[in-house]
Formats: sequence, C-alpha cells, structure tokens
Amino acid sequence: MSKGKYGIHGGQYTPETLMNAIIEVEKAYEHYKNDLAFQAELTELLNEYAGRPSRLYYAKKMTADLGGAKIYLKREDLNHTGSHKINNVLGQALLAKKMGKTRLIAETGAGQHGVATATAAALMGFECEIFMGKEDTDRQALNVFRMRLLGATVHVVTSGTMTLKDAVNETFREWTTRVDDTHYVLGSVMGPHPFPEMVRDFQSVISKEARAQILEKEGRLPNAVIACVGGGSNAIGAFYNFIPDADVRLIGCEAAGRGVDTEEHAATIARGSLGIFHGMKSYFCQDEYGQIAPVYSISAGLDYPGIGPEHAHLHDTKRAEYVPITDDEAVAAFEYLSRTEGIIPAIESAHAIAYAMVLAPTMGKDEIIIVNVSGRGDKDVAAIARYKGENIYE
Amino acid sequence: MSNIIEATKIKANKISEIFSNQKAFIAFLTAGDPSLDKTEEFILAMDAAGADLIEIGIPFSDPIAEGPVIEAANERALRVGTTTDAIFDMVARVRTQTAIPLVFLTYMNPVFVYGVERFFAACQKNGINGIIIPDLPFEEKGEILSVAKAHEVDVITLIAPTSQDRIQMLAKEATGFIYLVSSLGVTGVRSEIKTDLAAIVSDIRAVTQTPVAVGFGIATPEQATQIAKLADGVIVGSAIVRLIAAHGSAATPILTDYVREMKAALV
Repeated sequence: MSKGKYGIHGGQYTPETLMNAIIEVEKAYEHYKNDLAFQAELTELLNEYAGRPSRLYYAKKMTADLGGAKIYLKREDLNHTGSHKINNVLGQALLAKKMGKTRLIAETGAGQHGVATATAAALMGFECEIFMGKEDTDRQALNVFRMRLLGATVHVVTSGTMTLKDAVNETFREWTTRVDDTHYVLGSVMGPHPFPEMVRDFQSVISKEARAQILEKEGRLPNAVIACVGGGSNAIGAFYNFIPDADVRLIGCEAAGRGVDTEEHAATIARGSLGIFHGMKSYFCQDEYGQIAPVYSISAGLDYPGIGPEHAHLHDTKRAEYVPITDDEAVAAFEYLSRTEGIIPAIESAHAIAYAMVLAPTMGKDEIIIVNVSGRGDKDVAAIARYKGENIYE
Repeated sequence: MSNIIEATKIKANKISEIFSNQKAFIAFLTAGDPSLDKTEEFILAMDAAGADLIEIGIPFSDPIAEGPVIEAANERALRVGTTTDAIFDMVARVRTQTAIPLVFLTYMNPVFVYGVERFFAACQKNGINGIIIPDLPFEEKGEILSVAKAHEVDVITLIAPTSQDRIQMLAKEATGFIYLVSSLGVTGVRSEIKTDLAAIVSDIRAVTQTPVAVGFGIATPEQATQIAKLADGVIVGSAIVRLIAAHGSAATPILTDYVREMKAALV
C-alpha cells in the first residue's frame, strides 16, 4: 500500500535497502509526534536554543514606499543559524536521539540546512556528515567553513550537475551504505514518506506563530502569505495553518533564474511535469524521456528540479498559487529590503520579497501581506557583489 | 522495415529455463555506452561466451542505487544522446539474433514519463522478459504491476541485507528471479561480502521456488564460485561496465574472455 499521498502525489519510491530504515523513522515519528514529553522537549529547544518564537515585524517603510497592502515580515532570519532550517533539524535530531542513532547525514544546497544540521549535531553529540554540490561549495564557501567549525565533515559532490539534487542523490547513497546508526536529516518537504509530512509538521510552527501574531496585532487574518519555494519547506511551514482559511491567498515564489523561457531556471510548477524521483511522485523539470533536467538559479537553496508533493497537490487543487521570480528580480529585492528596512534577506527569501513588491501596490491599504523571510543574507553578500560585477572574495 | 524485424523476430527463452540444471550467469551493461551499436555487439558477444541472461540498463540522469562506475556509464550513455526509443530499436535488432532472456534495469521516472502502458507494450513487442526498478519498492509496485503482467514482463523483486522481516512478504510474490543484493550500499566491486547470504536464501526458499540470483560487488571467478554454492545465479555489473569503460569500442574480445571465465567458475 502506497503511503503519504497528497492527492496523486507523494508515496515512498525508495530502494528496498532503505525501506526498513524509512519504516523505522515513520513508526518513531508516529509515536513521538503525539508524545507530550517529546513535544515539550522540542519546544524548549526551539525557544531557548533557536530563539523562537520569531518576530512578526511590521515593515512600515516598505509598506509606505510601495503604497498598498500592509507588509509584515515573518523573521525566520532571526533564528539561531540564520534560517528556518533549524526548526526541522531540531525536530529530526531529537527524534534520531530517541531512535538511538549516533550519526546524522544531510544534503545541503545553500548550506543553511547543512549548517543547521551540523549545529544540532554539535549540540546533541552526533557524528555529522554533510553532502554539498561542488558548484555550491564554491558559491557558499562561508557556510562550508561554518559546518567544519561545528565539527561536521563536508563531502564535496562532483557527480551530475554538482548542485542540490546531486547532493540528495549522494546522501541517499551514503544512507544505503550505513543504515544502522545513521539518520538522514532530509532538509525539505520532499523525499519518501514520512519526510514530507514530518518536515512540514516541524516547519508549521512558522504559520502557527504567524497566525496568532497577526490576530493579536491586527485582529484579523492576512489577505496573502508569500514564501519562496525550492523543495518547499519554509513555504509549507508558512502556509500550513492558513490552509483552512480559504480567504488567505497562499503564494509560492519559484526560482525563474534567467527566465522561464530560457533553459536556465528552476521553475518546477511553471515548466515541470509529473514524475517520480527522489522518493516521491510530484512535478519535476525533466525531458520527454524522464531525464531530470539541469536547473539553474542564483539561489543555491532554490536550485532544485522538483517540488514537495504537498505543494504539487496545493497547486492541483488551486489552494496555493506559484509564481516564477527571476534572478534579476530577486537581486533587486535583496537590495531593496536591505536599504528600505535594514534587513539583508537570504537570496532565497528575496524571491518572496520580490513578489510582495509586485503584489502590494495592487492591493488596498487595509489589506495585509505576510512575507516569510526564511533566512538572512550574510551568506550571499559576496555572491551578490560578484553578480553586480564587483570582485569580492570571502 | 518494422515488418521485416517482426518476421524474423526470435521468440525469447523463459527466464526460469536458465536456472534449470545449472547455475546462471547474469551480465549487466548500460545501453548506449559507448554507443547502441556497440551495446548490441557486446550483448551478442556475452551471449555467445555463455551468459544466460542480459540485464540492459536504460541510463538515467540520477541513478541513486548505483556506485560511481555504473553512474559514470549512465552519464556517458546520456551524453551521446541515448534515448528509450533508440534502446527499444536496439533490443528489436538483438531479438532477431538471439533467444537469450533480456531484462531491463532502470529507474521509475523513465518508465513513468514514457507512459507505463506504452513502455510495457514496447517491452512485449521487442522481446523484453523482465524489468528491475531499484526505486520501486514492494509498497509502490501497484504503479506498474498489472500493466507489466498484462504484457508478460516480470517485475523482478529485489531483496536486501536490511530486508529482514520483509523477506517473506517480498519473496512470496516474486516472479522471474529474485535479485538478492549482497551488501549494503550502492553497486560496485567489493573485495569481501560480509552479509549472511545463506540465512537470507533459506528464508526466501521457505516461501518460494523462484530462483535467487546474487548481485552487487561480485567481480572475480573465486567470488562467483563461492556465491554459486548458495544461490541459483550470479549477477555481475560494475566489473563488466569497468571493462567497457577501459576498452570502449574495442571491448568485445575482452568481454568474451571475461564472461567465459566467470561462467566456467559456476560449474
């Protein structure tokens, strides 16, 4: 029986070697998600260690400048390690501890998930190995050193396109080699069941807080929630508790790279088609023979040819909308938020800011947008400088 | 043209026949490495040298169950433009020349995106006996099983050292042969196989008569002799692909010698 379905999407398309490991994670998660002591321990970690709840900040200058809807920023960039990734990692690391695992492995694109995993490993005493594409170790050199500083071993992946998808391949391969003592901390709402569900649950703290915060500040729900989407973990976290609120528009921003009409993008919903890859049925950028396409984005964290199965389902049912944002638009938004609000967002999050800049002026002053600032942009400063033609080296 | 092929097509032998009264030698290669013409030549040469079944890899951009040797072969094959359609044409040509059972090895996405019905209809038309899909576990077999059966293609069951309590569930429904994965990890040559294969084989035999072939990590005649003592067949992939990588278009006589030596080790 196929498990973990979201409409036609999801499932458990995993090699037999890993099936028992995945079933073990599934059983452990089923048990601990309803365990009050586990939940209390996780909340303690999220609050005392990661610095939750994160702020819902009213971006007054941006609102006034754009002249439309009131803009609130959900400040996941203020979490310990600088992004939303820590929410999921603390959950999975705690679960791995309960399961008696002693070693964590993970893929990373931009390095945010790798840093978060290395951090949790240091905190809880796990051995830690991170897999990262060579293209990404080059453009995110700072995060590579950060992971090493935290005691993790970083493996540079040189197969395939040398980006996030290849890092995922390599981490799956590593897991098949050593299953007994190892937990694979998947970083997004993708892969085989139970990962899309478990990661979503751990990330849904974002919308749980944001919903309560906006009700407290404004006495009403927002008109729209905007988040960037690669695999889709920060977006699903920002959307999840608003899904039953039918009047709240949910908008995911995909990486359009140099444009959806070029070959160089990672816009899965705009340009992808149905497939089965990385453990799940969902939409993927691929050719007519099912070969996964090389994708491109200035943002290493969005540079992924697929999207989580729950997003694919939210797209099918039209509950959420997905829009492509180009490199140029994202870089402009990166600079805009830095200058306007004094907040340097991750280049991933800048994709969401970019769409807020398009949408807000079309909306009334009595309307509200929440933008999820999934991470901070320190890691991107050198790459953005290079994009602008300045040769800065870290 | 297709009518001529149709007219001269040889009926494929059944998979089960290769295990009767002998230990089977199963050879794997990646289609299109270095070219489909060469793949056709290599298949026929290995058949003539004593291989009992050929596994033909349909290259995939992201072969997550493969080690570096076969992964590189996938990349080479795709780089020269190998497509699923061209592979079916190559299989059709092979089927005019031999009755040896042919089994595809590929990943779920190339099959799904080609169209499950269209894919298995083409398998039947061109004489493919079975298929191995590493990322299609028991729980997801429903994706293809009834269509594959309708087109008389066996969906080969994989059993791993980590299958444990799943072994009997998996083995009960197995047809064609069972692919027993010798070791944890991905495909590739290993100096030593540490799994207690005898125990797994005995668990399998408790529930099914379907033959068991062991793969992953087998390269030498000594290893083949050892494995043949406890299983019905031996599968060799990376060692063959490595010879093709090293000798390219000139690999034919080297493959012939290698297969002959391996087959002899099974007697």
